[in-house]
Amino acid sequence: MFTRLCLKNFDFMDFSIITENFGIYLEGLWNTAQLVSLSLIIGLLMAIPLAVFVTSKNIFVNGPIRAYVYFFRGTPLLVQMFLIYYGMGQFDAVKSSFLWPLFREAYFCALFAFTLNTAAYTTEIIRGAIVATPHGEIEAAKSTGMSRLLMLRRIVLPSAFRRALPAYSNEIIFMLHGSSIASVITIVDITGAARIVNSRFYSPYEAFLTAAVIYLCITFLIVWSIKKLEARWFAHLRPQE
Amino acid sequence: MKKDMINLHGYGPSILDGTFITITVSLVSLAISMLLGIIGALAKLYGFAPLRMAAQTYTTVIRGIPDLVLMLLVYFGGQVFINQVAPMVGYDEYIDINPFMAGVSTIGFIFGAYMTETFRGAILAVNKGQLEAGNAYGMSGIQVFTRILMPQMVRHALPGFGNVWLVMVKTTALVSIIGLDDMVRKAGLAAGATRLPFTFYAVVAFNYLVITTISIYVLKWLDTRYSAGVIKA
Repeated sequence: MFTRLCLKNFDFMDFSIITENFGIYLEGLWNTAQLVSLSLIIGLLMAIPLAVFVTSKNIFVNGPIRAYVYFFRGTPLLVQMFLIYYGMGQFDAVKSSFLWPLFREAYFCALFAFTLNTAAYTTEIIRGAIVATPHGEIEAAKSTGMSRLLMLRRIVLPSAFRRALPAYSNEIIFMLHGSSIASVITIVDITGAARIVNSRFYSPYEAFLTAAVIYLCITFLIVWSIKKLEARWFAHLRPQE
Repeated sequence: MKKDMINLHGYGPSILDGTFITITVSLVSLAISMLLGIIGALAKLYGFAPLRMAAQTYTTVIRGIPDLVLMLLVYFGGQVFINQVAPMVGYDEYIDINPFMAGVSTIGFIFGAYMTETFRGAILAVNKGQLEAGNAYGMSGIQVFTRILMPQMVRHALPGFGNVWLVMVKTTALVSIIGLDDMVRKAGLAAGATRLPFTFYAVVAFNYLVITTISIYVLKWLDTRYSAGVIKA
Protein backbone atom coordinates (compact mmCIF):
# COMPACT_ATOMS: atom_id res chain seq x y z
CA MET A 1 0.00 0.00 0.00
CA PHE A 2 2.63 2.47 1.06
CA THR A 3 4.97 1.74 -1.83
CA ARG A 4 2.08 2.15 -4.19
CA LEU A 5 1.32 5.51 -2.67
CA CYS A 6 4.93 6.52 -2.99
CA LEU A 7 5.12 5.37 -6.57
CA LYS A 8 1.95 7.16 -7.44
CA ASN A 9 3.33 10.16 -5.72
CA PHE A 10 6.55 9.88 -7.61
CA ASP A 11 4.49 10.09 -10.73
CA PHE A 12 3.60 13.62 -9.77
CA MET A 13 7.23 14.63 -9.76
CA ASP A 14 8.10 16.20 -13.01
CA PHE A 15 11.70 17.20 -13.27
CA SER A 16 11.25 18.68 -16.74
CA ILE A 17 10.16 21.79 -14.83
CA ILE A 18 13.65 21.94 -13.41
CA THR A 19 15.53 21.32 -16.64
CA GLU A 20 13.45 23.97 -18.38
CA ASN A 21 14.05 26.49 -15.62
CA PHE A 22 17.60 25.62 -14.80
CA GLY A 23 18.66 29.14 -15.70
CA ILE A 24 17.03 30.45 -12.53
CA TYR A 25 19.01 27.97 -10.46
CA LEU A 26 22.23 28.98 -12.18
CA GLU A 27 21.49 32.62 -11.38
CA GLY A 28 20.81 31.54 -7.80
CA LEU A 29 24.02 29.55 -7.63
CA TRP A 30 25.96 32.58 -8.83
CA ASN A 31 24.35 34.86 -6.22
CA THR A 32 24.89 32.36 -3.41
CA ALA A 33 28.52 31.84 -4.40
CA GLN A 34 29.08 35.59 -4.51
CA LEU A 35 27.38 36.35 -1.20
CA VAL A 36 29.08 33.52 0.67
CA SER A 37 32.58 34.00 -0.69
CA LEU A 38 32.56 37.78 -0.33
CA SER A 39 31.24 37.69 3.22
CA LEU A 40 33.68 34.94 4.19
CA ILE A 41 36.69 36.78 2.77
CA ILE A 42 35.81 40.18 4.24
CA GLY A 43 34.75 38.52 7.50
CA LEU A 44 38.05 36.66 7.80
CA LEU A 45 40.04 39.82 7.07
CA MET A 46 38.10 41.61 9.81
CA ALA A 47 38.35 38.72 12.24
CA ILE A 48 42.15 38.39 12.28
CA PRO A 49 42.90 41.83 13.78
CA LEU A 50 39.81 41.61 16.00
CA ALA A 51 40.98 38.26 17.37
CA VAL A 52 44.43 39.68 18.08
CA PHE A 53 43.00 42.75 19.83
CA VAL A 54 40.49 40.76 21.86
CA THR A 55 43.37 38.93 23.55
CA SER A 56 44.59 42.31 24.81
CA LYS A 57 44.34 42.81 28.56
CA ASN A 58 43.07 46.37 28.21
CA ILE A 59 39.32 46.27 28.82
CA PHE A 60 38.72 49.29 26.57
CA VAL A 61 40.23 47.31 23.71
CA ASN A 62 38.75 43.87 24.34
CA GLY A 63 35.43 45.09 25.83
CA PRO A 64 33.83 46.47 22.64
CA ILE A 65 35.01 43.48 20.58
CA ARG A 66 33.63 41.08 23.16
CA ALA A 67 30.28 42.90 23.10
CA TYR A 68 30.20 42.75 19.30
CA VAL A 69 30.98 39.03 19.22
CA TYR A 70 28.48 38.36 22.00
CA PHE A 71 25.68 40.13 20.16
CA PHE A 72 26.27 38.51 16.79
CA ARG A 73 26.74 35.03 18.21
CA GLY A 74 23.74 35.32 20.51
CA THR A 75 21.11 36.41 18.01
CA PRO A 76 19.76 34.74 14.84
CA LEU A 77 21.24 35.76 11.52
CA LEU A 78 17.70 36.35 10.26
CA VAL A 79 17.08 39.00 12.93
CA GLN A 80 20.43 40.64 12.20
CA MET A 81 19.55 40.83 8.53
CA PHE A 82 16.11 42.28 9.30
CA LEU A 83 17.67 44.84 11.64
CA ILE A 84 19.82 46.06 8.78
CA TYR A 85 17.44 45.68 5.84
CA TYR A 86 14.21 46.89 7.45
CA GLY A 87 15.65 48.65 10.49
CA MET A 88 18.04 51.17 8.96
CA GLY A 89 15.22 53.04 7.23
CA GLN A 90 13.88 54.02 10.63
CA PHE A 91 16.69 56.51 11.14
CA ASP A 92 16.54 59.79 9.27
CA ALA A 93 20.27 60.16 9.76
CA VAL A 94 20.84 57.03 7.67
CA LYS A 95 18.15 57.91 5.17
CA SER A 96 19.63 61.29 4.40
CA SER A 97 23.24 60.12 4.33
CA PHE A 98 25.25 58.98 1.32
CA LEU A 99 24.93 55.39 2.64
CA TRP A 100 21.21 55.17 1.97
CA PRO A 101 21.49 53.98 -1.65
CA LEU A 102 23.50 51.05 -0.25
CA PHE A 103 21.20 50.20 2.66
CA ARG A 104 18.20 50.33 0.36
CA GLU A 105 19.63 47.40 -1.62
CA ALA A 106 18.67 43.95 -0.37
CA TYR A 107 21.90 42.51 -1.74
CA PHE A 108 24.10 44.93 0.16
CA CYS A 109 22.13 44.44 3.38
CA ALA A 110 22.44 40.66 3.15
CA LEU A 111 26.16 40.91 2.44
CA PHE A 112 26.60 43.37 5.32
CA ALA A 113 24.72 41.16 7.79
CA PHE A 114 26.51 37.98 6.67
CA THR A 115 29.91 39.65 6.89
CA LEU A 116 29.37 41.00 10.39
CA ASN A 117 27.99 37.63 11.47
CA THR A 118 30.79 35.49 10.13
CA ALA A 119 33.40 37.98 11.35
CA ALA A 120 32.05 37.58 14.88
CA TYR A 121 32.12 33.77 14.76
CA THR A 122 35.55 33.73 13.13
CA THR A 123 36.92 36.14 15.72
CA GLU A 124 35.89 33.71 18.42
CA ILE A 125 37.41 30.75 16.53
CA ILE A 126 40.75 32.48 16.00
CA ARG A 127 40.78 33.88 19.54
CA GLY A 128 40.42 30.36 20.88
CA ALA A 129 43.27 29.21 18.66
CA ILE A 130 45.53 32.09 19.71
CA VAL A 131 44.88 31.51 23.41
CA ALA A 132 45.78 27.83 22.92
CA THR A 133 49.27 28.65 21.60
CA PRO A 134 51.74 26.45 23.51
CA HIS A 135 53.60 28.48 26.08
CA GLY A 136 56.97 27.18 24.93
CA GLU A 137 56.55 28.59 21.43
CA ILE A 138 56.06 32.08 22.80
CA GLU A 139 58.98 31.75 25.20
CA ALA A 140 61.19 30.56 22.35
CA ALA A 141 60.14 33.50 20.20
CA LYS A 142 60.80 35.94 23.04
CA SER A 143 64.17 34.42 23.83
CA THR A 144 65.32 34.87 20.25
CA GLY A 145 64.46 38.55 20.64
CA MET A 146 61.49 38.81 18.32
CA SER A 147 59.33 41.90 18.61
CA ARG A 148 55.66 41.39 19.43
CA LEU A 149 54.60 42.00 15.85
CA LEU A 150 57.19 39.66 14.41
CA MET A 151 56.26 36.99 16.94
CA LEU A 152 52.60 37.39 15.97
CA ARG A 153 53.37 37.10 12.28
CA ARG A 154 55.85 34.25 12.40
CA ILE A 155 54.85 32.17 15.41
CA VAL A 156 51.42 32.86 16.87
CA LEU A 157 49.23 33.35 13.81
CA PRO A 158 50.56 30.51 11.64
CA SER A 159 50.11 27.96 14.38
CA ALA A 160 46.78 29.49 15.37
CA PHE A 161 45.48 29.17 11.80
CA ARG A 162 46.35 25.48 11.82
CA ARG A 163 44.43 24.95 15.04
CA ALA A 164 41.52 27.05 13.78
CA LEU A 165 41.06 25.26 10.46
CA PRO A 166 38.69 22.45 11.56
CA ALA A 167 36.37 24.89 13.35
CA TYR A 168 36.63 27.36 10.49
CA SER A 169 35.58 24.75 7.95
CA ASN A 170 32.39 24.33 9.98
CA GLU A 171 31.91 28.08 9.85
CA ILE A 172 32.21 28.05 6.05
CA ILE A 173 29.47 25.44 5.82
CA PHE A 174 27.29 27.29 8.32
CA MET A 175 27.67 30.42 6.24
CA LEU A 176 26.71 28.57 3.06
CA HIS A 177 23.60 27.23 4.77
CA GLY A 178 22.87 30.49 6.55
CA SER A 179 22.97 32.37 3.27
CA SER A 180 19.73 30.65 2.25
CA ILE A 181 17.82 33.24 4.27
CA ALA A 182 18.83 35.90 1.74
CA SER A 183 15.88 34.56 -0.24
CA VAL A 184 13.58 36.06 2.39
CA ILE A 185 14.55 39.60 1.42
CA THR A 186 13.90 39.10 -2.31
CA ILE A 187 17.39 37.95 -3.32
CA VAL A 188 17.42 35.16 -5.91
CA ASP A 189 19.96 32.79 -4.38
CA ILE A 190 19.63 29.00 -4.72
CA THR A 191 16.78 28.92 -2.21
CA GLY A 192 15.24 31.97 -3.85
CA ALA A 193 15.31 30.18 -7.20
CA ALA A 194 13.55 27.20 -5.64
CA ARG A 195 10.91 29.47 -4.14
CA ILE A 196 10.27 31.09 -7.51
CA VAL A 197 9.94 27.73 -9.24
CA ASN A 198 7.66 26.46 -6.45
CA SER A 199 5.34 29.44 -6.59
CA ARG A 200 5.25 29.46 -10.38
CA PHE A 201 4.51 25.76 -10.91
CA TYR A 202 3.32 24.70 -7.46
CA SER A 203 5.87 21.92 -7.45
CA PRO A 204 7.50 21.92 -4.00
CA TYR A 205 9.29 18.57 -4.28
CA GLU A 206 11.05 19.28 -7.52
CA ALA A 207 11.87 22.86 -6.61
CA PHE A 208 13.26 22.32 -3.12
CA LEU A 209 14.84 18.91 -3.74
CA THR A 210 16.85 20.43 -6.57
CA ALA A 211 18.01 23.23 -4.28
CA ALA A 212 18.87 20.67 -1.60
CA VAL A 213 20.97 18.64 -4.03
CA ILE A 214 22.85 21.73 -5.20
CA TYR A 215 23.62 22.72 -1.59
CA LEU A 216 24.66 19.17 -0.81
CA CYS A 217 27.10 19.16 -3.73
CA ILE A 218 28.63 22.48 -2.68
CA THR A 219 28.95 21.25 0.90
CA PHE A 220 30.76 18.10 -0.23
CA LEU A 221 33.02 20.18 -2.45
CA ILE A 222 33.93 22.43 0.49
CA VAL A 223 34.54 19.51 2.84
CA TRP A 224 36.73 17.82 0.22
CA SER A 225 38.78 20.99 -0.41
CA ILE A 226 39.31 21.55 3.29
CA LYS A 227 40.55 17.98 3.64
CA LYS A 228 43.09 18.66 0.89
CA LEU A 229 44.13 21.86 2.63
CA GLU A 230 44.42 20.09 5.97
CA ALA A 231 46.62 17.43 4.42
CA ARG A 232 48.93 20.21 3.22
CA TRP A 233 48.93 22.26 6.40
CA PHE A 234 49.35 19.30 8.70
CA ALA A 235 51.89 17.50 6.50
CA HIS A 236 54.55 17.88 9.20
CA LEU A 237 52.31 16.15 11.75
CA ARG A 238 51.67 13.05 9.67
CA PRO A 239 53.21 9.87 11.05
CA GLN A 240 56.42 9.05 9.19
CA GLU A 241 56.48 5.97 7.04
CA MET B 1 15.31 59.24 21.58
CA LYS B 2 15.84 56.91 24.48
CA LYS B 3 12.18 57.03 25.41
CA ASP B 4 11.21 56.51 21.81
CA MET B 5 13.27 53.34 21.62
CA ILE B 6 11.48 51.67 24.50
CA ASN B 7 7.95 52.71 23.55
CA LEU B 8 6.42 49.61 21.98
CA HIS B 9 3.08 51.25 21.15
CA GLY B 10 1.13 48.54 22.92
CA TYR B 11 2.82 45.68 21.07
CA GLY B 12 4.79 44.52 24.11
CA PRO B 13 2.36 41.70 25.09
CA SER B 14 2.23 40.50 21.50
CA ILE B 15 6.03 40.23 21.37
CA LEU B 16 5.94 38.44 24.72
CA ASP B 17 3.44 35.93 23.29
CA GLY B 18 5.82 35.40 20.40
CA THR B 19 8.67 34.84 22.82
CA PHE B 20 6.74 32.04 24.50
CA ILE B 21 6.07 30.48 21.10
CA THR B 22 9.79 30.68 20.30
CA ILE B 23 10.61 28.95 23.58
CA THR B 24 7.93 26.30 23.02
CA VAL B 25 9.17 25.58 19.51
CA SER B 26 12.73 25.31 20.82
CA LEU B 27 11.83 22.93 23.65
CA VAL B 28 9.62 20.66 21.54
CA SER B 29 12.28 20.53 18.81
CA LEU B 30 14.87 19.77 21.47
CA ALA B 31 12.82 16.79 22.68
CA ILE B 32 12.44 15.44 19.14
CA SER B 33 16.09 15.96 18.31
CA MET B 34 17.26 14.25 21.50
CA LEU B 35 15.07 11.25 20.80
CA LEU B 36 16.35 11.02 17.22
CA GLY B 37 19.88 11.63 18.46
CA ILE B 38 19.80 8.73 20.89
CA ILE B 39 18.26 6.41 18.30
CA GLY B 40 20.75 7.57 15.66
CA ALA B 41 23.75 7.17 17.96
CA LEU B 42 22.73 3.69 19.08
CA ALA B 43 22.04 2.72 15.45
CA LYS B 44 25.45 4.00 14.39
CA LEU B 45 27.30 2.21 17.17
CA TYR B 46 25.40 -1.01 17.72
CA GLY B 47 23.02 -1.36 14.78
CA PHE B 48 23.32 -3.98 12.07
CA ALA B 49 24.72 -2.86 8.73
CA PRO B 50 21.63 -1.44 6.95
CA LEU B 51 20.63 0.47 10.09
CA ARG B 52 24.15 1.85 10.44
CA MET B 53 24.11 2.97 6.85
CA ALA B 54 20.71 4.61 7.24
CA ALA B 55 21.97 6.55 10.26
CA GLN B 56 25.13 7.53 8.40
CA THR B 57 23.14 8.77 5.41
CA TYR B 58 20.80 10.68 7.71
CA THR B 59 23.59 12.59 9.45
CA THR B 60 25.56 13.26 6.26
CA VAL B 61 22.67 14.43 4.13
CA ILE B 62 20.92 16.52 6.76
CA ARG B 63 24.09 18.35 7.71
CA GLY B 64 24.66 19.20 4.06
CA ILE B 65 21.35 20.96 3.42
CA PRO B 66 20.30 24.38 4.76
CA ASP B 67 17.61 24.37 7.46
CA LEU B 68 15.43 26.76 5.51
CA VAL B 69 15.37 24.58 2.38
CA LEU B 70 14.36 21.53 4.41
CA MET B 71 11.73 23.52 6.24
CA LEU B 72 10.21 24.82 3.02
CA LEU B 73 10.34 21.29 1.58
CA VAL B 74 8.50 19.86 4.57
CA TYR B 75 6.01 22.74 4.72
CA PHE B 76 5.11 23.04 1.04
CA GLY B 77 5.92 19.47 0.09
CA GLY B 78 4.09 18.05 3.09
CA GLN B 79 1.05 20.09 2.14
CA VAL B 80 0.98 18.58 -1.34
CA PHE B 81 1.79 15.11 -0.07
CA ILE B 82 -0.95 15.03 2.55
CA ASN B 83 -3.54 16.31 0.12
CA GLN B 84 -2.58 13.65 -2.39
CA VAL B 85 -2.59 10.86 0.15
CA ALA B 86 -5.68 11.87 2.13
CA PRO B 87 -8.20 11.27 -0.69
CA MET B 88 -6.73 7.81 -1.24
CA VAL B 89 -7.59 6.82 2.30
CA GLY B 90 -11.01 8.33 1.97
CA TYR B 91 -10.59 11.82 3.36
CA ASP B 92 -11.80 14.42 0.93
CA GLU B 93 -11.41 17.76 2.63
CA TYR B 94 -8.41 19.99 1.99
CA ILE B 95 -5.91 19.72 4.82
CA ASP B 96 -3.80 22.69 5.85
CA ILE B 97 -0.44 21.77 7.25
CA ASN B 98 0.15 23.42 10.57
CA PRO B 99 3.26 25.62 10.53
CA PHE B 100 3.96 24.66 14.14
CA MET B 101 4.10 20.96 13.25
CA ALA B 102 6.10 21.61 10.09
CA GLY B 103 8.57 23.85 11.94
CA VAL B 104 9.02 21.67 14.98
CA SER B 105 9.38 18.43 13.05
CA THR B 106 11.89 19.92 10.60
CA ILE B 107 14.02 21.54 13.28
CA GLY B 108 13.86 18.40 15.42
CA PHE B 109 14.77 16.27 12.43
CA ILE B 110 17.72 18.49 11.45
CA PHE B 111 19.18 18.79 14.92
CA GLY B 112 18.61 15.10 15.53
CA ALA B 113 21.49 14.63 13.11
CA TYR B 114 23.76 16.89 15.17
CA MET B 115 22.60 15.21 18.38
CA THR B 116 23.43 11.83 16.85
CA GLU B 117 27.04 12.91 16.42
CA THR B 118 27.18 14.44 19.90
CA PHE B 119 25.73 11.36 21.59
CA ARG B 120 27.86 8.99 19.54
CA GLY B 121 31.00 10.76 20.71
CA ALA B 122 29.75 10.78 24.29
CA ILE B 123 28.98 7.06 24.27
CA LEU B 124 32.41 6.32 22.85
CA ALA B 125 33.98 8.39 25.63
CA VAL B 126 32.57 6.15 28.34
CA ASN B 127 35.10 3.62 29.54
CA LYS B 128 34.38 0.36 27.74
CA GLY B 129 35.56 -1.77 30.65
CA GLN B 130 32.70 -0.42 32.77
CA LEU B 131 30.12 -1.54 30.21
CA GLU B 132 31.77 -4.96 30.11
CA ALA B 133 31.74 -5.06 33.89
CA GLY B 134 28.02 -4.35 33.79
CA ASN B 135 27.52 -7.23 31.40
CA ALA B 136 29.67 -9.47 33.56
CA TYR B 137 27.40 -8.74 36.52
CA GLY B 138 24.53 -10.09 34.45
CA MET B 139 22.82 -6.77 33.77
CA SER B 140 20.58 -6.65 30.73
CA GLY B 141 21.42 -4.32 27.86
CA ILE B 142 18.82 -1.82 29.03
CA GLN B 143 20.19 -1.92 32.56
CA VAL B 144 23.72 -1.27 31.34
CA PHE B 145 22.37 1.62 29.30
CA THR B 146 20.38 3.29 32.07
CA ARG B 147 22.69 2.54 35.00
CA ILE B 148 26.17 2.84 33.55
CA LEU B 149 26.15 4.43 30.12
CA MET B 150 23.59 7.21 30.54
CA PRO B 151 24.83 8.79 33.79
CA GLN B 152 28.35 8.99 32.44
CA MET B 153 27.68 9.98 28.86
CA VAL B 154 25.71 13.03 30.01
CA ARG B 155 28.94 14.64 31.15
CA HIS B 156 30.65 14.00 27.83
CA ALA B 157 27.61 15.02 25.83
CA LEU B 158 26.96 18.31 27.65
CA PRO B 159 29.38 20.61 25.75
CA GLY B 160 28.17 19.42 22.35
CA PHE B 161 24.59 19.37 23.54
CA GLY B 162 24.90 22.97 24.71
CA ASN B 163 26.21 24.08 21.33
CA VAL B 164 23.41 22.31 19.49
CA TRP B 165 20.81 23.88 21.78
CA LEU B 166 22.20 27.39 21.30
CA VAL B 167 22.25 26.99 17.52
CA MET B 168 18.78 25.49 17.59
CA VAL B 169 17.22 28.37 19.54
CA LYS B 170 18.48 30.74 16.88
CA THR B 171 17.27 28.47 14.08
CA THR B 172 13.72 28.71 15.41
CA ALA B 173 13.65 32.23 13.97
CA LEU B 174 13.12 30.54 10.60
CA VAL B 175 9.63 29.37 11.56
CA SER B 176 8.53 32.97 11.11
CA ILE B 177 9.12 32.48 7.37
CA ILE B 178 6.54 29.69 7.14
CA GLY B 179 4.05 31.83 9.02
CA LEU B 180 4.29 30.69 12.62
CA ASP B 181 3.68 33.58 15.04
CA ASP B 182 7.02 33.43 16.84
CA MET B 183 8.60 36.63 18.12
CA VAL B 184 10.33 37.44 14.84
CA ARG B 185 7.04 37.40 12.94
CA LYS B 186 5.25 39.27 15.72
CA ALA B 187 7.97 41.90 15.52
CA GLY B 188 7.51 42.07 11.77
CA LEU B 189 3.78 42.65 12.16
CA ALA B 190 4.35 45.30 14.83
CA ALA B 191 7.04 46.94 12.71
CA GLY B 192 4.68 47.12 9.75
CA ALA B 193 1.98 48.77 11.82
CA THR B 194 4.17 51.27 13.66
CA ARG B 195 6.92 51.81 11.05
CA LEU B 196 9.52 51.17 13.74
CA PRO B 197 11.27 48.05 12.42
CA PHE B 198 14.59 48.70 14.13
CA THR B 199 12.98 49.08 17.53
CA PHE B 200 11.04 45.84 17.32
CA TYR B 201 13.79 43.73 15.83
CA ALA B 202 16.17 45.11 18.46
CA VAL B 203 13.74 43.99 21.17
CA VAL B 204 13.63 40.53 19.59
CA ALA B 205 17.42 40.42 19.37
CA PHE B 206 17.59 41.36 23.05
CA ASN B 207 15.15 38.55 23.91
CA TYR B 208 17.31 36.04 22.06
CA LEU B 209 20.34 37.31 23.97
CA VAL B 210 18.48 36.81 27.25
CA ILE B 211 17.50 33.25 26.27
CA THR B 212 21.03 32.32 25.16
CA THR B 213 22.62 33.94 28.22
CA ILE B 214 20.35 32.09 30.61
CA SER B 215 20.99 28.87 28.67
CA ILE B 216 24.75 29.33 28.99
CA TYR B 217 24.48 29.71 32.77
CA VAL B 218 22.19 26.70 33.11
CA LEU B 219 24.56 24.63 30.97
CA LYS B 220 27.49 25.72 33.12
CA TRP B 221 25.61 24.70 36.24
CA LEU B 222 24.72 21.33 34.71
CA ASP B 223 28.34 20.84 33.72
CA THR B 224 29.55 21.37 37.27
CA ARG B 225 26.87 19.03 38.57
CA TYR B 226 27.64 16.21 36.19
CA SER B 227 31.39 16.66 36.52
CA ALA B 228 31.23 16.11 40.27
CA GLY B 229 34.12 13.87 41.21
CA VAL B 230 36.05 14.47 38.01
CA ILE B 231 39.53 15.85 38.49
CA LYS B 232 40.14 18.76 36.15
CA ALA B 233 43.54 20.14 35.31
